[in-house]
Amino acid sequence: MTQKSFGSKRLVVGAHYGFRDWLAQRVTAALMTLFTLLLVVQVLFGAKLGYERWAAIFSAQWMKALTFVVIVALLLHVWIGMRDIWMDYIKPIGVKLVLQVCTLCWVVGCAGWAVQVLWRL
Amino acid sequence: MADKSQAQERPVFRNIHVTQIARYRLPPAGFVSILHRVSGALMFLLLPFVIWLFDVSLTSEISYERFTSTFVAGIGWLPGWLMKLVALALIWAYLHHLIAGVRHLWMDMTHSVSLELGRVSAWVTLASSAVLTLALAVKLFF
Repeated sequence: MTQKSFGSKRLVVGAHYGFRDWLAQRVTAALMTLFTLLLVVQVLFGAKLGYERWAAIFSAQWMKALTFVVIVALLLHVWIGMRDIWMDYIKPIGVKLVLQVCTLCWVVGCAGWAVQVLWRL
Repeated sequence: MADKSQAQERPVFRNIHVTQIARYRLPPAGFVSILHRVSGALMFLLLPFVIWLFDVSLTSEISYERFTSTFVAGIGWLPGWLMKLVALALIWAYLHHLIAGVRHLWMDMTHSVSLELGRVSAWVTLASSAVLTLALAVKLFF
């Protein structure tokens, strides 16, 4: 592969390459997996689980910050995943656009609510 | 041309139509793939329910009572056992999505893409998510 594919010969068309989203999907997935393991460890080891301990887990400032990062990661992950589903199965472009906008509203609304819950604590 | 007549007997699928899905035999990796989508879409649709649970479980001791009673007394006209079933569906979706995702990451990182490994890892994904879901179902219902 000696053909030049950068500079003046770089690819300037296409559905914004896709690599960025592909990578974001994997990075956010890895982050959420690590968060899941961390939460499971905190829930399993310690005193009997009730409101006190459950709330204490999320009250720690570092846990709040980390949970916030994971909520944003989830937002991005869900958007990319649902957009892929609409792109694959919905042909009429108008319907696709409406569904994509609805998806964004749904996900951003949910993320906002989750952040509100977190910072009320 | 014996080969040709034999090939013609097999059903041919081009763009698979919804009505053909039942007759279309997927390999295990195909099941993992479509269930990855189904589980993702399910979690997307039930996201407000999950955040509602997050809300009531964390906000106060009184709302925590509401969280636990959701799965005993139910909410509104929805009985508790139905809420447990919904929670179980979410548990399966999460486990399948996570394990299928780890399978993806592992294949991306190691480039260990062969027919045999794909088949085995697909079975491992389907089985481990089913077994873990079953174990949590026992914990949830008994």
